[in-house]
Amino acid sequence: MPARDSSPKLNRRKFLATAAVAGATGVVSPVKAATPSAPGTQPRLPSALPPNAYVAANETGTPHMPETETGRPGSDFMVDVIKTLDIKYLPANPAASYRGLHESLIDYGKNTMPEFLTCMHEESAVGMCHGYFKATGKPIMTLVHGVVGLQHATMAVYNAWCDRVPVLIIGGNDLDAAHRPPLVPTFHSAQDINAIVRDYTKWDDTPVSSQHFAQSFVRMYKIATTPPYGPVAMSLDGGLQNEPIRDRGEPLYIPKFFAAAPPQGDDAAVREAARLLANAEHPVIVVDRVARTAEGVKLLVELAELLQAPVVDQGGRMNFPNTHYLSRPASVVSQADVVIGMELSDYWGTVNGFLDNGDDGFGQNFSKIKPGTKLISISSVDLLTKSNYQDFQRFQSIDISMPGDAEATLPSLIEAVKSAIPNDRKDAMAKRGDAIRQAHAKGLESTKQAAAVAWDASPINTARLVTELYTQIKGFDWSLVSTSGNTSGWANRLWPMEQHHQWLGSSGGYGVGYGAPASVGAALGNRDLGRFSVSIQSDGDLMFAPGVLWTAARHKIPLLAVMHNNRGYHQELMHVQRFASFRDRVVNTGNDLGPIGTSIMNPDIQYHELAKSMGWWAKGPIVDPADLGPAIKEAVNVVKSGQPAVVNVMTQPR
Amino acid sequence: MCFLRVAAVPVFIALSAFTAGVAGQSNALAADAGKGKTAYIQYGCWQCHDFAGEGSVATSRGTVIARTALALDAFKSFVRTSNGEMPPYRPAVISDDALDDIYAYLQTLPQPKAASDIPLLNGVRSQ
Repeated sequence: MPARDSSPKLNRRKFLATAAVAGATGVVSPVKAATPSAPGTQPRLPSALPPNAYVAANETGTPHMPETETGRPGSDFMVDVIKTLDIKYLPANPAASYRGLHESLIDYGKNTMPEFLTCMHEESAVGMCHGYFKATGKPIMTLVHGVVGLQHATMAVYNAWCDRVPVLIIGGNDLDAAHRPPLVPTFHSAQDINAIVRDYTKWDDTPVSSQHFAQSFVRMYKIATTPPYGPVAMSLDGGLQNEPIRDRGEPLYIPKFFAAAPPQGDDAAVREAARLLANAEHPVIVVDRVARTAEGVKLLVELAELLQAPVVDQGGRMNFPNTHYLSRPASVVSQADVVIGMELSDYWGTVNGFLDNGDDGFGQNFSKIKPGTKLISISSVDLLTKSNYQDFQRFQSIDISMPGDAEATLPSLIEAVKSAIPNDRKDAMAKRGDAIRQAHAKGLESTKQAAAVAWDASPINTARLVTELYTQIKGFDWSLVSTSGNTSGWANRLWPMEQHHQWLGSSGGYGVGYGAPASVGAALGNRDLGRFSVSIQSDGDLMFAPGVLWTAARHKIPLLAVMHNNRGYHQELMHVQRFASFRDRVVNTGNDLGPIGTSIMNPDIQYHELAKSMGWWAKGPIVDPADLGPAIKEAVNVVKSGQPAVVNVMTQPR
Repeated sequence: MCFLRVAAVPVFIALSAFTAGVAGQSNALAADAGKGKTAYIQYGCWQCHDFAGEGSVATSRGTVIARTALALDAFKSFVRTSNGEMPPYRPAVISDDALDDIYAYLQTLPQPKAASDIPLLNGVRSQ
């Protein structure tokens, strides 16, 4: 909705307005020209008159193109704005509603900073932005068609929201109902395209001038990159993109971006939390998205060692090295007298359990902690809670709750803990650490023995799958860029994860279809950082939008994907099976292995052929575990040459 | 895979010396591991316990049911009455004979190797 043009030149809008008035005149003039006659003597007029030549031409002919604008289009200035923010890539599916900006980006902007990457689905584009940020710590942007493109993108936006990842989204739109092209462009316009994502974006806007765009774009970047991070959206009018740059008497300017300091926990609350932790018999640290950066990992290690407290890493990010002796499983909360949860997605679920056994149609709730256990929270998400979507999870009463960014709060918490540890507790803390060290070693031994069960099975055991994979990549600076594809967490349990980029966490919102695009996006970032990207790609996830495979090949994004092909939507398969059993019924599997509607078989999808058709090196299906290592080795060599490669592996369910 | 019926007989005969009078014993003697494998798939056991009974931390708390150490009656009792994440499989869904066969099938699954004997597992994280 740009401000009206005061220029004397005939622009697109004035041309269309003039044509419309003329058209209206043409319609009415034949009626005015009719000569009054005596009743009964004049033939009755038809209810609809035949159009005159002018009207017919307007209704059936090709609309005239507006005269060429003079001067630089507004979208050139928008490119100038975008370039100030060091945005390297722009994965997007092309759309008419942002054609002006698209043209400026690739011609005026020379297709650099950002570089346009062709995507085949808006969900893939947003997923790529999501993965890219987690690999690099830098946000990128996407462009979407205003209505249908944003509709396609929504699930991926929700994932980014739940995963606290900044994604910059600009949706093209054409607000001027009187002058926008009819039919398809009008179907694809809306009063407020951002409404569909407003519940799960941090901020959105609809600028009405070039200067407004500049302010809003820098603002959206700042909001997205201030913890808690999150996606942001802008509706960008087609007319605003295309109209010439006008300064209206004031020179256009681009606001300078300065990063905001992240919010921190309150000092007094930090001191009280430190006192509780330092005096606890069994403090437990639980973390989900604490480490926004590699520095966050170091800080968390420092806190844990200071307290000699076990750390439960829920894996929203790689927060804590799994090789560290203080890394422990979730079950240790049962022994805690103080729990500090940092950036948890679900505090209630951390200290409570839910048994989905269908009792009374609801299941059963139970506590995982001892009565009287003190609970402490540091979470930036407390600063940003919306109402509609339930990503805030169940309510949990917390003794000390600090709305603030955990990584930014850690330095002050560490100092406070140092001050709070009584001298007479240091020996006890050291002994606690020794006991945890022994438990850690024992746990690792059990994990390896569990991996050995069914080692030679076919379909291939998922523990063997990830072990064969690790064997081939362990010499590289590797990064596991997917969610590990529902392989029972074997990668997190067996691979030594010590660096922040070695594990990027999961989707956030558990919207299926995240794995493939996020992996490609992360691999894009890792490519530029010289890292080797590997994904464990689940079958159902890939088929939501497999076109992202083509994007990876087209833009030479090296990624080793190993298919966890269990031929089913396995979570749902188990749900239906369980409900049938609770109801004393034999589940109907049709001709498949799983309940009707949950299997991906008959025919089996040949993922290796699918990938090959889109330019990937591919091999499969691998059924014999003895063939797996050599196949992955071949694929690794392809990826090292700069190309994506996939190995399609027939696997056990989980 | 009827070989197990033959193989299982001496096992259960030996076992019967210690478990005389235990209900279900006669069914166990007649169990057919081949039918058990079919039933294991037909009744969806594989969905949470995997095809080789290795299980998963995600679907069966990591419980390995291959060569389960549970006695047959304990195994059947658990399957019949479970009220946890695993639903009960009552007679309307699965017969006693089928459970006997599944139990027999599980006993045929290979003994896991020691992790230390698998070179690849020696190359994963050490701590």
